Amino acid sequence: MLSRSEYRRSALKDRKDGIVETHSHLKYPFRLNFYDKPPIEDITIEEFETCALDRLRVLAEIESSYARNRTFKELTEVMEPICKKYLPLNSNTAETVNRDAERRKDHVGHFVLRLAFCRSEDLRRRFVKAETTLFRLRYASDDTAEREAFLSSRNFDWVLATPEEIQELIPSTSGEAPGRYYKVKWTRVPDLVEKRRVVLKGGMAYVPASEQASIVLQEFQSHLEKDLEMTAKALPRLDEDTRIVPILDNLSKGFLAGVSSEWNNASAAAGDALTADMIDEMAYKHFPACMRNLHMCLRRDKHLKHFGRLQYGLFLKVLGLSIDEALVFWRKAFSKIQDDKFNKEYRYNIRHSYGLEGKRANYAAKSCQQILMSDQPGPGDSHGCPYRHFSADNLQSALLTMYGEHGLTSADMPEIMATVKAGHYHVACTRVFEITHARQGVKKGEGVGGGESVTHPNQYAARSRELEKKAEGKDGDGDVMMQGA
Amino acid sequence: MLAFYRRLYPFKSIFTWLNHEHAPTKLFTHREFAFTLQGDVYLRYNSFLNAEELKKQVCSLNPTRFEIGPVYSARPRDKKTVRPAAFSPQLRELVFDIDMTDYDSIRTCCSGADICERCWQFIAAAVRVLDRALRDQFGYKHLLWVYSGRRGIHLWISDKEALELTDEQRRALVGWLTVIQGGKEMHKKVNVRMGSKSLPPSLASAYKMLEPVFHDLIIADQECFASEEGWEALLHLIPDKDIVDNLREKWEASPGRSSEDKWQDLEDEVAKKSSKGKSNYFQATMTAAKEDIVLQYTYPRLDAEVSKHRNHLLKAPFCVHPKTGRVCVPVDPRTIDRFKPARVPTVTQLLSELDSVAPTENGAGAEHHSDWERTSLKPYVEMLDKHVMGLLEETRKMKQKADLSW
Repeated sequence: MLSRSEYRRSALKDRKDGIVETHSHLKYPFRLNFYDKPPIEDITIEEFETCALDRLRVLAEIESSYARNRTFKELTEVMEPICKKYLPLNSNTAETVNRDAERRKDHVGHFVLRLAFCRSEDLRRRFVKAETTLFRLRYASDDTAEREAFLSSRNFDWVLATPEEIQELIPSTSGEAPGRYYKVKWTRVPDLVEKRRVVLKGGMAYVPASEQASIVLQEFQSHLEKDLEMTAKALPRLDEDTRIVPILDNLSKGFLAGVSSEWNNASAAAGDALTADMIDEMAYKHFPACMRNLHMCLRRDKHLKHFGRLQYGLFLKVLGLSIDEALVFWRKAFSKIQDDKFNKEYRYNIRHSYGLEGKRANYAAKSCQQILMSDQPGPGDSHGCPYRHFSADNLQSALLTMYGEHGLTSADMPEIMATVKAGHYHVACTRVFEITHARQGVKKGEGVGGGESVTHPNQYAARSRELEKKAEGKDGDGDVMMQGA
Repeated sequence: MLAFYRRLYPFKSIFTWLNHEHAPTKLFTHREFAFTLQGDVYLRYNSFLNAEELKKQVCSLNPTRFEIGPVYSARPRDKKTVRPAAFSPQLRELVFDIDMTDYDSIRTCCSGADICERCWQFIAAAVRVLDRALRDQFGYKHLLWVYSGRRGIHLWISDKEALELTDEQRRALVGWLTVIQGGKEMHKKVNVRMGSKSLPPSLASAYKMLEPVFHDLIIADQECFASEEGWEALLHLIPDKDIVDNLREKWEASPGRSSEDKWQDLEDEVAKKSSKGKSNYFQATMTAAKEDIVLQYTYPRLDAEVSKHRNHLLKAPFCVHPKTGRVCVPVDPRTIDRFKPARVPTVTQLLSELDSVAPTENGAGAEHHSDWERTSLKPYVEMLDKHVMGLLEETRKMKQKADLSW
């Protein structure tokens, strides 16, 4: 799965840098990785995919954090449980853990995603940003001694400034000795230059030791950028069998919509039996914008077109509406249609979606990714994702109509519209969730629990119902607080 | 205009300046030129193989002005035939634009499009500070300052490292140099300190250069605090409420006090208050405030957008400003104080100079392409040529080094 040039380059690098000194038996001596060398052993297709998917979950969360303007500190807090869940990476002191396996997963995942994200300028840019942030998180949490060892294992091409140089450039205000300064070309640390955190002289930047991380990160970033471009050039020449390309396609789509969580019927059991006449109230209280919109259209037009029925029907099914109740619901809803026609044209359809007709497949409800990416709504259709498929004006007024009574005000709109404009539809939806559930104690950045973004309409509704239940139960129990999972 | 392009415009010098050597390279052939024709017709993505071709096209289009863009990865004239992905800006001089309009809120002599020798001093101060910073801190050597023909000045930096800067690096560099921030509604536009610390070293040295300018230009010449609006702006920048109230009372009682006196009043107030045994903290705050005031009134105000992107077009040197008729001539930063915008030759003046000397030699019909030697354009073209020599020398050295490394 590697391009030959990439392999040769890394082999070359090996010879140049000399063998990395290892002081343990580990194949990956460090927790941090600059990903110079691609993995060269055999990888099963399953591993190929799972490594990538797990890493993608982490990166997608980083990306949505950016869209929500989280500070680095907030980001660290949000990411910790997510990293632990999907991409655990322990330091060398964790003797009991299979560190090589963790690091191998990290390594493989990174390179698979490189293949998936090297294809367009935009994907490359986003991937580099997310990966660099992930590296930064790990760098910050790394053990000091191990970090030092890691840094000395690579040549960063920096020079320690001599005391005389420091004396000349940094007039010491107090008696204290100035710390260490690293000397690099200023173009390597543009972010520090922009903020005037360095001293410049003749095109060289003198970087205080406290900002050393910035050089490392910049190096990581430019290194990755260069490699991605190489990969992009090599990709068309990759003599690849047909197993991998679909996986890669899928992965790069995942970045747009957030990774779909496997939302299945199991969670539907959480709700008590749902009946057709409960849907109105339910929709008002718990549904995400896409489903609110479908519900409103259904009530207004007494009808929904095919994809609308499909999207809404499957959603209701997973929500816990039984087949009998579903038939009642749709029959009542299509009030302008004669019994005869309903039975002929729609009953089969509804039973089919419950797996009772035709090939009897148990269809899952559509995830955000599917709603965003497939079956684009045509004129007259009301399915799809409002954040993506509504015009900006319509979206604003629709949101205010739907959620005005839940605490959404026009003051919240600029923020939401900005995320929509940037293409982060699931982030906008998550933000709306946070605002409309603020009364139940949901804070900004908490998302649908544990900082997760909305990736599935049912997840949205389930969390909303869960919050309501907790709020009801609170009076009795006293201290049931929602602190995210 | 046509005669100006045919007989006076130094195409050869401009070519070599962009190309860095005599034989045409990508630096010239992949370079975008944009023409503005009469009636505001704008033609982008032109490119030429050599100086002659450029001259021929300029003479046939006779544009009111033309602009120079970046070096692209393919010839700009082929833009429509190459894949969009294969057409992106690669190299570009680092350029700066300082425009007098950004100083409108503080200059008192003129406003809008006007400029006089007095307000030129704002530009002069900006040029000195920038020139110094770019040479000392960033290590650039090949800086060409060009008068924009009316009320501003452009800077072109042709060092190899400068050409190669990415947009991100350009943005960082502009961030480093930008001090004045915030729009009309923001009183205090200088926020450069981290915490309560002293000025960063780079700005401390700029401050040293600007302090005398502040006294001569802002206080003595421009009288920036003479009007009520002017002194109110000053009072907004003082962080101590007692002092502000005292001063306002005093100045409202005698509005005729000169800016000199008012500045002295401020210094007196500060001295009075610190002698009352106020803490070091108070003194540090007031020193900082004073430094910030000096910077706010005199530090270069850059048009940042021009410098941040490689694909920004900028008017070529030696073009004629359509409104004033003045030629955009190079300026020597060492004598910038004495530069007089009004003395810059205009196109009409140059052509009449040419008419008066033309019939002497060569006889009829012979149009020499260095006719500029016989007009007052001469010193300016020579200035550019001298600048170009430096670039040629640099290229020669680099080639030599490359040869040796074999």
